[in-house]
Amino acid sequence: MSDLDSFRAETRAWLTANAPASMRAPYRSTEELCWGGRKVKYSADILRWRDVCAERGFTAPTWPREYGGGGLDKASAKVLAEEMAALRMRPPLIGFGLSMIGPLLLQEGSDALRKEHLPRIVRGEIRWCQGYSEPGAGSDLASLQTRAVVDGDAFIVSGQKIWTSYADKSDWMFLLVRTDATGRNQDGITFLLMDMGSPGVTVRPIRLISGASPFCETFLADVRVPTANVVGRVNGGWAMARALLTHERTMIADVFHDRDDADRLRAAARAAVGVDALGRIADPVLRDRIVALELDQTCFNLTLARSRDAAKAGAKPGHESSIFKLVGTELNQRRRDLAVRVAGPQALGWNGPGFGEDDIKATRDWLRSRGNTIEGGTSEIQLNIISKRVLALPEK
Amino acid sequence: MTLILDDDQKLVQAAAQDFVATRSSMKRVRSLREDDLGFSRELWREMARLGWLGLPFPEELGGAGLGWRYLMVVLEELGAGLMPEPIVSTVLLGGAAFLYGDPDLRREHLPRIAAGDELVALAYQEAGGRYALDRATTRFAAGAVTGEKEQVMGGSSADWLIVSAQGPGGVGLYVVEAARAERVRQHRLDGRDAAIVRLDGAPAVPLGGPSLLARVIDVATIGLCAEMLGAMGAAFAMTLAYLKTRTQFGVPIGSFQALQHRAARLYIDLELCRSATMHAHAVLDAGGDAARAASLAKAKLSDAFLHVAEEAIQMHGGIGMTEEHDLGLYLKRARVAELTFGDAAHHRARWAELSGY
Repeated sequence: MSDLDSFRAETRAWLTANAPASMRAPYRSTEELCWGGRKVKYSADILRWRDVCAERGFTAPTWPREYGGGGLDKASAKVLAEEMAALRMRPPLIGFGLSMIGPLLLQEGSDALRKEHLPRIVRGEIRWCQGYSEPGAGSDLASLQTRAVVDGDAFIVSGQKIWTSYADKSDWMFLLVRTDATGRNQDGITFLLMDMGSPGVTVRPIRLISGASPFCETFLADVRVPTANVVGRVNGGWAMARALLTHERTMIADVFHDRDDADRLRAAARAAVGVDALGRIADPVLRDRIVALELDQTCFNLTLARSRDAAKAGAKPGHESSIFKLVGTELNQRRRDLAVRVAGPQALGWNGPGFGEDDIKATRDWLRSRGNTIEGGTSEIQLNIISKRVLALPEK
Repeated sequence: MTLILDDDQKLVQAAAQDFVATRSSMKRVRSLREDDLGFSRELWREMARLGWLGLPFPEELGGAGLGWRYLMVVLEELGAGLMPEPIVSTVLLGGAAFLYGDPDLRREHLPRIAAGDELVALAYQEAGGRYALDRATTRFAAGAVTGEKEQVMGGSSADWLIVSAQGPGGVGLYVVEAARAERVRQHRLDGRDAAIVRLDGAPAVPLGGPSLLARVIDVATIGLCAEMLGAMGAAFAMTLAYLKTRTQFGVPIGSFQALQHRAARLYIDLELCRSATMHAHAVLDAGGDAARAASLAKAKLSDAFLHVAEEAIQMHGGIGMTEEHDLGLYLKRARVAELTFGDAAHHRARWAELSGY
């Protein structure tokens, strides 16, 4: 038996022995998973699953052991993921700590910052949020104005962040601040780590056209942040941000890779408009629109697969993430829109009697999806990136 | 099933690029549009010597036994150069028909196709038939076929015809010596060889039953998509170069965001099309569900190629509308390809049926 085979057997046995039954049930949204942190109450099963996995290094399987990770090589991590999937186990812990700031700290953080934060991320003690956008800095992120001025061993940070996902539920924020306003916008930005419990931090949730949302406004009034909390160097934050943005775009696109949804849409269409003598969706126009969407989704999925194949073969990542972000979000919008059309007048409910939970969710999902092509870099910004970096079209 | 080329496939790709660049200028392509034959027999023999006409066929039948992805990279380059040589008719339609048809006929014809010694055409289209494969007014009875076919690709130059005809068990395929048919050269948008084929009691040998034609069309559709991918890539490359060099208002027009974003959208479409085409060829190599893969790719590429060609002309402005400029040839090829083996709407409907809804 090879090492990998014995690791597989051992892992399967451990997972089976340790996962609570409720952690082997399918989930509808990531809201049902553990994001960690001190501010949200989780069930005993969720916490137990998180803790046993953390102890074994399975919440961050590839991170080094010295920071609480599993220290697994890629092949073993793949085996773990395969076994988790085969046993239909929920991820024990998710969030921006594991997916974004952790990897950045491993790459760029000082030893002190790694030692301070990585073990707490791995154990799910701290939940992180991302403070990038500002009211005056959306697509033009580099024009951000939140100021940080040195005062002894700390920065005094003042300004306002917006579209901060889950700021109200997070314990720490990684954010971009302006530390130099004299040169090029990009050259005066610093990447900071801030405790959300610091005096001067106020958070206000934002309601969207679809209702309640994870987004918040975060107001920063003379917040003291130790200078030791800089990731990278002072005025060198833009490079950190770029590395993370690329990662975020791929992550967003991955979310839209969802086959179940296609089946649901088809079934809903059959139920809504009936089937013809050949068993096809009776309305040929609706049918064609659903097919067109599924074909485009399949082409998109194949392009994701092709990109993974290229990466496996050693190709350096280019700017595919811009394609995935743009196409993935547009496909999601089409899907949400079609779901509403399929439901017909039944999709007009906002809440209250006469409307099913699923109908209301479909309608709110449609409204929410309009933001998909705005958040995480608008579609227009993605087209700019492709034009300039891939096609090398001239600047004005 | 990997969706990228391996090193050997890349070598064939480089050879095909070089071949098109050095042996087939657009001037040659244009002059052949006026030519009765419509292509060069000399280049065809060279392609045979390079082994390209038998890439997917078994070695014991004169092929290279390398698979369909090898043929894809060649088709893509031939498509980029709009080469009119009859690879779709002889290798894709003819080759697939013999490969999956009667074993004796296979042993007789495939080696000759691979060697470049034999041209084949599939005569399946009839007036008013659109894309239906299960109907034919042409009949097979008592060892002979009678009927009329049209827009038979490669029909006037073919040595052998494979004719679809109503036979005992439905619409089957029958092999007829081309000399036994009356053939009239047709001139279509793309300038490639096409013909009306009239058969009046021509002796015919059965090649395969009703399922064979659909299978052959699936294979040819997938190969046609590779040609289309190459051609749309070339039209896009010409446009990208133009955007960088053409100046108006004192700046390159490629600095205008309205054009940049449209160019970026075309590029994305190309990437999606490449995935669908690559996937379809990989499915052929793996012996998977070629029908769905073919419809997926053709539904996507039919619209995308036409759109790229139309946008290319728009972004070139007036010069793109002139006969002198090559873009018009790409637009014409796009329209022909779109309406060959079924357009996007046809393949969407088919894909839906094959997918069970």
